[in-house]
Amino acid sequence: MRHFLNIRELSSEQLTHILDTAESFTSVDGQAVKKVPLLRGKTIVNLFFEPSTRTRTTFELAAKRLSADVLNINIATSATTKGESLLDTLFNLEAMNTDVFIVRHPESGAADFIAKYVAPHVSIINAGDGKHAHPTQAMLDMFTIRKLRKDFSYLSVAIVGDILHSRVARSQIEALNILGAKEVRVIAPRTLLPASVEKLGVKVFQDCKQGLHDVDVVIMLRLQKERMQGAFIPSEHEYFQLYGLTPERLALAKPDALVMHPGPINRGVEISSEVADGPQSVILQQVKYGIAVRMAILSLVISPEQNGAAIES
Amino acid sequence: MERPLNLEILNGHLVDPKNEIDQVTNIFIADGKVAAIAKPPDAWQADQTIDAANKLVLPGLVELSASLREPGQEHKATIQSETLAAAAAGITSLACLPTTDPVVDSPAQIELIEQLSQNSGHCHVYVIGALTAGLQGESLSEMAALKAAGCVGVSNVMRPIKNSLVLRHAMEYAASQDLTIFTYAMDRDLANNGCIHEGLTSSRLGLPGIPAAAETAAVAFQLALIEELNVRTHFCRISTRRAAKMIARARYDKLPITADTSILHLFLTDQDLQDFDGLCNNLPPYRTRDDREGLREGLQNGTFSAICSDHQPHEIEAKLAPFQSTEPGSSTLETLLPLILELVHKNILSLCEGIRLVTQGPAEILGIPAGNLHVGERADLCIVDSKLDWTVSSETILSRGKNTPLLGDQLTGRVTHTILDGKLIFKNHS
Repeated sequence: MRHFLNIRELSSEQLTHILDTAESFTSVDGQAVKKVPLLRGKTIVNLFFEPSTRTRTTFELAAKRLSADVLNINIATSATTKGESLLDTLFNLEAMNTDVFIVRHPESGAADFIAKYVAPHVSIINAGDGKHAHPTQAMLDMFTIRKLRKDFSYLSVAIVGDILHSRVARSQIEALNILGAKEVRVIAPRTLLPASVEKLGVKVFQDCKQGLHDVDVVIMLRLQKERMQGAFIPSEHEYFQLYGLTPERLALAKPDALVMHPGPINRGVEISSEVADGPQSVILQQVKYGIAVRMAILSLVISPEQNGAAIES
Repeated sequence: MERPLNLEILNGHLVDPKNEIDQVTNIFIADGKVAAIAKPPDAWQADQTIDAANKLVLPGLVELSASLREPGQEHKATIQSETLAAAAAGITSLACLPTTDPVVDSPAQIELIEQLSQNSGHCHVYVIGALTAGLQGESLSEMAALKAAGCVGVSNVMRPIKNSLVLRHAMEYAASQDLTIFTYAMDRDLANNGCIHEGLTSSRLGLPGIPAAAETAAVAFQLALIEELNVRTHFCRISTRRAAKMIARARYDKLPITADTSILHLFLTDQDLQDFDGLCNNLPPYRTRDDREGLREGLQNGTFSAICSDHQPHEIEAKLAPFQSTEPGSSTLETLLPLILELVHKNILSLCEGIRLVTQGPAEILGIPAGNLHVGERADLCIVDSKLDWTVSSETILSRGKNTPLLGDQLTGRVTHTILDGKLIFKNHS
């Protein structure tokens, strides 16, 4: 596996291998192991064209625990920034003998684009591109689910909220389908659903009550404030009334259903504090597992000897 | 200027849809005009003979929409470079768009383009002028002056028009000057800065989609105005089955409209964008397989009077970016005819109908004396080896724009000779 750009090009075996490798980087309590010398002497660049706290810091921690050198580069970008300068930036960094670029970019396809032009010895990990994909987030979500529920084939998973603008949702849907989840549901008003979403392998619900019925996992998505301006929804209030995850609504799911959220959460907009901080919430565990999963992905792109038979270039 | 030679082209398969010729015959050219077909004129003496046995002899193709990029965007292409590419493509007349810098909204711009084209001498260049001043969509351009300077039609291309009333006035005024309006039907609000057809692929890739309704809503709106005002209008680059159906209905109802689609819309679909290939970034976007079939049916049932290449050459850097930041459009002049022949090969069109859509059809839309080989007409023609295989590459196409999604593809059929005003101006030596 030279690059890690999106989920849909990977097989169930490859995804499972990533999860197993992540498992090997965790101690019994699920914490990532403190330090291994696997990537000593390697240089990893966090190349972020868009602000991020969680993803950048967990990647940084993951790289450091693998003993790699880490460089953080935040590039303020605008819609007018042209590809020419993007490639120039890339070639300049490449010249510093780097091994991996972890790329976050506001445009869909940016990581694919960079991967096409990067030097052959450099790997690209997609840390979120536009509305396209956020595959490492999806993998840490899968890791969390597997850690707590073992077998995907019994699971009904509901993803609730702004699917249209969510790269996380797209990658989750792909991962859940590839890993063989029993059912993947999306729950949202039509304004927040992408065209032909059912063809992505999901069952579509506009009604939260029907959609949440008997599910094993509820994944809530963040609602961006600017969606009101785009006339996607009338108000946060009405959104919460219809789609906000309250204890009453969560009671429609299986009694032990997991509550997940890629963060950062908007309390009182898509999720009530009682649920976010409640016993079924695994939101902070997701963050914790993020380090081990990112260690696994880094080690798999960077050191070929780690690549099991299941993962090919 | 040197005297045009007496030229004879013998034994070629002559296809002239307008004059209903589709047979092996000879053509004789004198004084830059077609002098005779089949048998030479009296006292004929040829200065030059071309043996066209086993080749097609066609009226020079007529291209409805080529961006020549000059003045103002010479880093992309020049009139010299693109008219040479046109000659290599067998295109002897083309219409260029007002989207230069500055835009073509004054006679001076038209004169400049005509001067540069004449200097180049590779193709007859006709100018479509701006419908509104500066293409700003707010006030009318001086259309009478543009017409007097030779412009063959007016268009706002893809630039927005402020409101429906401005569009209504622009249409009426253009009609007063007897100018055809070349309209691009896309509702900008519904298009919402999209860059790909709205559907499964846009959803999977997380790219903003342009729904088919952005086209059909605009077509419906403009048809309502055209019906009210009775203004001659040409719909450029129809991309959806539903819009094609609406155009067909309006033509049946005798509205004064024509329409075209682009050659790449007849081959590509949104599925060709799977890996974010910026070379497939186009406006309007490539639609679904069903839309592509609908467009092909539109060729067969007469909905479309022309197929255009919609040539938009770019510098390499324009496509070196994440998909949404790449500039839309492809360099397409030199692949137009081979793809027409491909439609013929696939039995979608007869040879005669295929050639009509790139000769007589566009010539009539532009109202220019081109696209046929009637005796006494301008001797613009091309000779084509319809069996010759070639591979599209930056070396094999002459356009300065190498931005085509067909790079690396093998096509069949290539122009061997192009004759403009009776003079051999291009010969393929390969």
